[in-house]
Amino acid sequence: MQQADIKFLEDSFKKYYFEHFDLIRVPERTFEREFGYQKFNSGMIRHISIKDDKELHLLFMQNIPSDVYCSNAYYTFPNLPMNEKDWKEADLIFDIDAKDLNLSCRENHTVSICNECNQVSKNSEHCLKCNSTKIEKKSLPCKNCIDSSKTEVSKLSEILIDDLAIAQENIHVYFSGNEGFHVYVYDSQFQQIGSRERSELADYIMFNGTIPETFGMKKFKPNRSSFPNFNEKGWRGRFSKQVFGSKSKRTKIISEFLVNGYSSFQKTLDDTSENIGVKIDPNVTMDIHRIFRLPGSINSKSGLTKILCEDLNKFDPYYDASFLSDESVEVFANSPIEFCLKNKKFGPYINEKVTLPTFAAVYMICKKLATIV
Amino acid sequence: MLALGQDEIAKYPFLADAGQYLKDKGFTLEQFGSDPDLKQLVDKAFERIQVAADGKIYKSDLIGDQASKEAALPREVFSFLLAIVLLKLSGMHTLIKRFALAEARRAEKYLERDLANISDESKKELAIKIIDDLFSVQVEKLDDYFVISVSDYLKHSINFHEREWKLINRHVENGQVFLTPHETVRLIRKELGTYINSKIINAKTPAMISGFEDSVNKLVLLSKKFITFTVTSGEYPPCIKHAIEELEKGENLSHSGRFMLATFLLSKGQSVEQIAPLFKNAPDYNQRVTLYQLNHLSGASGSGTKYICPSCEKLKTQDLCFAIPECDNIINPLQFGKKRK
Repeated sequence: MQQADIKFLEDSFKKYYFEHFDLIRVPERTFEREFGYQKFNSGMIRHISIKDDKELHLLFMQNIPSDVYCSNAYYTFPNLPMNEKDWKEADLIFDIDAKDLNLSCRENHTVSICNECNQVSKNSEHCLKCNSTKIEKKSLPCKNCIDSSKTEVSKLSEILIDDLAIAQENIHVYFSGNEGFHVYVYDSQFQQIGSRERSELADYIMFNGTIPETFGMKKFKPNRSSFPNFNEKGWRGRFSKQVFGSKSKRTKIISEFLVNGYSSFQKTLDDTSENIGVKIDPNVTMDIHRIFRLPGSINSKSGLTKILCEDLNKFDPYYDASFLSDESVEVFANSPIEFCLKNKKFGPYINEKVTLPTFAAVYMICKKLATIV
Repeated sequence: MLALGQDEIAKYPFLADAGQYLKDKGFTLEQFGSDPDLKQLVDKAFERIQVAADGKIYKSDLIGDQASKEAALPREVFSFLLAIVLLKLSGMHTLIKRFALAEARRAEKYLERDLANISDESKKELAIKIIDDLFSVQVEKLDDYFVISVSDYLKHSINFHEREWKLINRHVENGQVFLTPHETVRLIRKELGTYINSKIINAKTPAMISGFEDSVNKLVLLSKKFITFTVTSGEYPPCIKHAIEELEKGENLSHSGRFMLATFLLSKGQSVEQIAPLFKNAPDYNQRVTLYQLNHLSGASGSGTKYICPSCEKLKTQDLCFAIPECDNIINPLQFGKKRK
């Protein structure tokens, strides 16, 4: 990224942090957390400990970071190297990202930026100008992406509450600031479990690793009686609803299962997983030393804020997470895809100079689709 | 410590304080080496180890009429304690491991029977208490099932590689996992084995006791049977091959995929300089960053921690596993192609 762009982003971010520090959710037990941040065009600085909100504010003002992170873990010595931190426990976290949902809309709003010649083209595996395969893809997520991610969040919440007995008030949902949602679970029985246990929990939530026996299909002498019913709790119940559809179809479908046999049933399970499993990123959930984007901070992939969603259904990230000013700025834009921010449509722009409100200019510069004139 | 009755000590002899038990019964170890009647018990102890070494479970003579049971109980405990003395004197760790595992499975049978005991509430209570005291797992009875919290379940189930133990294949409701008595006890098998193993390892090794030499020598011979050699085919497992192919095609291999590949090759003895060029085709390749990260993984920089290749289970979750029949139930890619001889 060029100096002028960095300067512009830093100025915009600084203004946000100065005016909206109240949006930063200083995590509970602040001094037990590890913080980290990045500056534009620079590596990660981590293993930082912070006492309170004043110190955090200072970090923002002094460094004007592009991104700020905070551990989900609690440590005795958060500022020491990893194996000396003395890990105590960690909140359970989930990352749901539109890019992992295999949505068909995605190719319509993905651009390919060539790392060699900076050519911007619509979704392509190689540069249309210089043929290089060193391509960086940027997506401008659409309403369908956000709605589909919301559906995954709802599926996740249902499992957390019904199967794992998590209290609703201990589940906090944040818009990630770019393409999805971050879900935090506080004060649960899972605070102290390690990475391998969390990986198992992730498999449970994703409906991974099922065997036919669990859902009523035996290898030898299978019979009708062990197949799940609609009113059953947990995955057996959800599986019934998904696969049988209605009570009237249940008998017929079970007969088909019995005719088709054990390995065909395994296939049914694997296919069903695609529909009923929650599409979380397992790497995030199983990482107990992660520093995760700080709620209230700006995501430098978009210039949008990672913000708490009080009412997920009504939440519109392109309105509710956009906090930068509407002061005009002139940019050189090259975005073959249009997008909507604060109820205004922008683009498409083909190699042209345009005057835009700061929030839109930042969004495009973060996506590498514009530069400051 | 639990207060145990005579027949409970016979079922769960590893809960007894060995030295104290002998003292309470008025015996010293030396007597077992010299007194012909007591020496039979040393032979019995040897048998108990031999059965374990064969991978079987020692059958006790606890079954029978009350009178013979009375006499059998202390013998049961003695043979266990003497077996430990013999194992310590032989110093053979492979035998200790096998013995601990066999004894754990023996205790498992009793625990299961006690848990399922509907006529004697106190037996069930004791089994629940043993599980709680030794392994901090709180078990509750709910209708026909035993329920434990999901987090407790996970702490133990991660030691199993069979799919039936995955949480997804369990009845989970309201933050709890529902188990049969058999499954409840099976869940702690490994820990029970580890517990018995560590009790033996931590026990003091006495000086050689006269009359014990024969049995000890036989144990040393017995343990020779278990020395194994492994040969490696040298071929890479499918997950690693897949990752290399992705990189060769210039595809964007995920962070976890790169981690797997690098840690695998480092464990196979390749150097950072040998591995780095593999990543050259990655869309975001940066030589400086690649070398930094590889050095970090190898332990040459940073905290000095050498990172190891993730388990097959973890790779499955990360969608990096492409198992083929030759994988043959290995639990880590590093084991691929290794054959015991």
